[in-house]
Amino acid sequence: MTWDEMAPLLRQGTLETLQMTGWSTLFTALGGILLGVLLVITERGGLLPLAPLNKAVGLVVNVGRAVPFIILLMALIPVTTAVVGTSIGTRAAILPLTVAAIPFYARLVETSLREVEPGTVAAALALGASRREIVGKVLLREARPGIVAGLTVTVIALIGYSAMAGAIGGGGLGDLAKRYGYQRFETEMMMIIVVLLVLLVALVQLLGDVTARRLSHR
Amino acid sequence: MIQIEKLSKVYRDRGRQVTAVDAVDLSVRAGEVHGVLGRSGAGKSTLLRCVNLLERPDAGRVVVDGQDLLALSGGRLRKARQRIGMIHQHFGLLSSRTVAGNVAFPLEVMGVPRAERAERVRELLGLVGLTEHAAAYPAQISGGQKQRVGIARALAGRPNVLLSDEATSALDPETTASILELLRDLNRRLGLTILLITHEMDVVKRICDSAAIMRDGRITESGPVRELLMRPGSELARGLFPLPPPRPRPGTTVADVTFEGDSADRPFVSSLARDFATDVNILGGAVEDIGGTRIGRLRVELPGGPAANTAQLAHLRGAGLTVEVHEAEEAPA
Repeated sequence: MTWDEMAPLLRQGTLETLQMTGWSTLFTALGGILLGVLLVITERGGLLPLAPLNKAVGLVVNVGRAVPFIILLMALIPVTTAVVGTSIGTRAAILPLTVAAIPFYARLVETSLREVEPGTVAAALALGASRREIVGKVLLREARPGIVAGLTVTVIALIGYSAMAGAIGGGGLGDLAKRYGYQRFETEMMMIIVVLLVLLVALVQLLGDVTARRLSHR
Repeated sequence: MIQIEKLSKVYRDRGRQVTAVDAVDLSVRAGEVHGVLGRSGAGKSTLLRCVNLLERPDAGRVVVDGQDLLALSGGRLRKARQRIGMIHQHFGLLSSRTVAGNVAFPLEVMGVPRAERAERVRELLGLVGLTEHAAAYPAQISGGQKQRVGIARALAGRPNVLLSDEATSALDPETTASILELLRDLNRRLGLTILLITHEMDVVKRICDSAAIMRDGRITESGPVRELLMRPGSELARGLFPLPPPRPRPGTTVADVTFEGDSADRPFVSSLARDFATDVNILGGAVEDIGGTRIGRLRVELPGGPAANTAQLAHLRGAGLTVEVHEAEEAPA
């Protein structure tokens, strides 16, 4: 293949990968932070002890983490079809990606929230802060560096997952690598895709590190 | 200002019960600095956390500034907490906020408008002497400065009461002294009532008007510090004037003489020796400055058994001194 033949394919593939990762990152961040907060505050002795909810969230997260992504991808096809209207294409891949990443990220958020010094929560309670204020202004705020670092790890995992989703019909660089690099032995194409992915991951990592460092004042 | 009645707190864990606070009564008058002294595990921290209901007691009453806290819940309890300042051993500052941001936090919680907030933060930082550190993060300042931030933050709601949870226990002696000085100063200038818990005798000595000793969840003695020090057999006095266990030799009288104020300035040892032509042997002693009054305790040995020294002991008691006589052990047969 000539460069002129490869360039538009690569541009399209990169764009699709960015779309899949971007949207699933957004939904994962929202869902993961929500579940992470719930895991921490609803436990016994937490801000809002609700044992049944805590158990339910814990179960969902554990099950989600236990199913390998490639299986989840196929198992979710009926759900994807129902929600998105199709099980093929970039948009259809966003749903399984998000479903896979939320439990993963929720655990990372949980860990960062647990590292918040308990004394700061007690101090905020003593100052008359409400639960909502404590979650927003103490827990999430204090854990921000860890939450960002966790999101970085999650985004990188999502880039990897998106290639898998691409391979079974989701488009993106994974799909290109399969169709051209693997099935048509276009070694050059394969190598360019590998380099692009490495660069993408390095960029995300750099951005995440810089942001986490800027947020940390420990 | 603070009335605690029959307060109990029991922790249950897998069938085991631990009574952390056992039917404690405690009363702190307005404008007073009251110290609860005890070892770790004595239940004093739990007791303090029950005063602003960070811990909910299982029984008893907590009245602060005329308000029965256990009758409050939700928003009204939060409002009441804003009027009860609290400072903590490990400061409890938000690492993600600057010094000024930490002091602004309670103001945000109270709903103070932004412009007014900045003004009030400046004022509070001035009060604790941290004006030039307003933009620093907690990680960039010393322990003593962190506790000053904690104090400024605790005062944001203009409280009448300040609770101090081992506020100086993580600090070195000099810093401790300066923080205690600040608390004393705030107590005097703002009429702030302070209830503090500590395991350091020194804290009680330096700033407390009254004190209680807590052990195994109970208060074993309490009262004005000066009174406790003068009380024979007082644990507080023993802690402040440490003397080895008395071992009176047969045929001698060993007595601990506690003196305060005026009586401290009179040379009772030499007058005793002169008036009774007796030898006074000094075994040990210490003098401390407690809230501007000199209080001391001296252990003296007089020749002859207690019966032979009745007049001498009466003389000391007559001079306004507290005298505690240690009985000699039975002479071996």
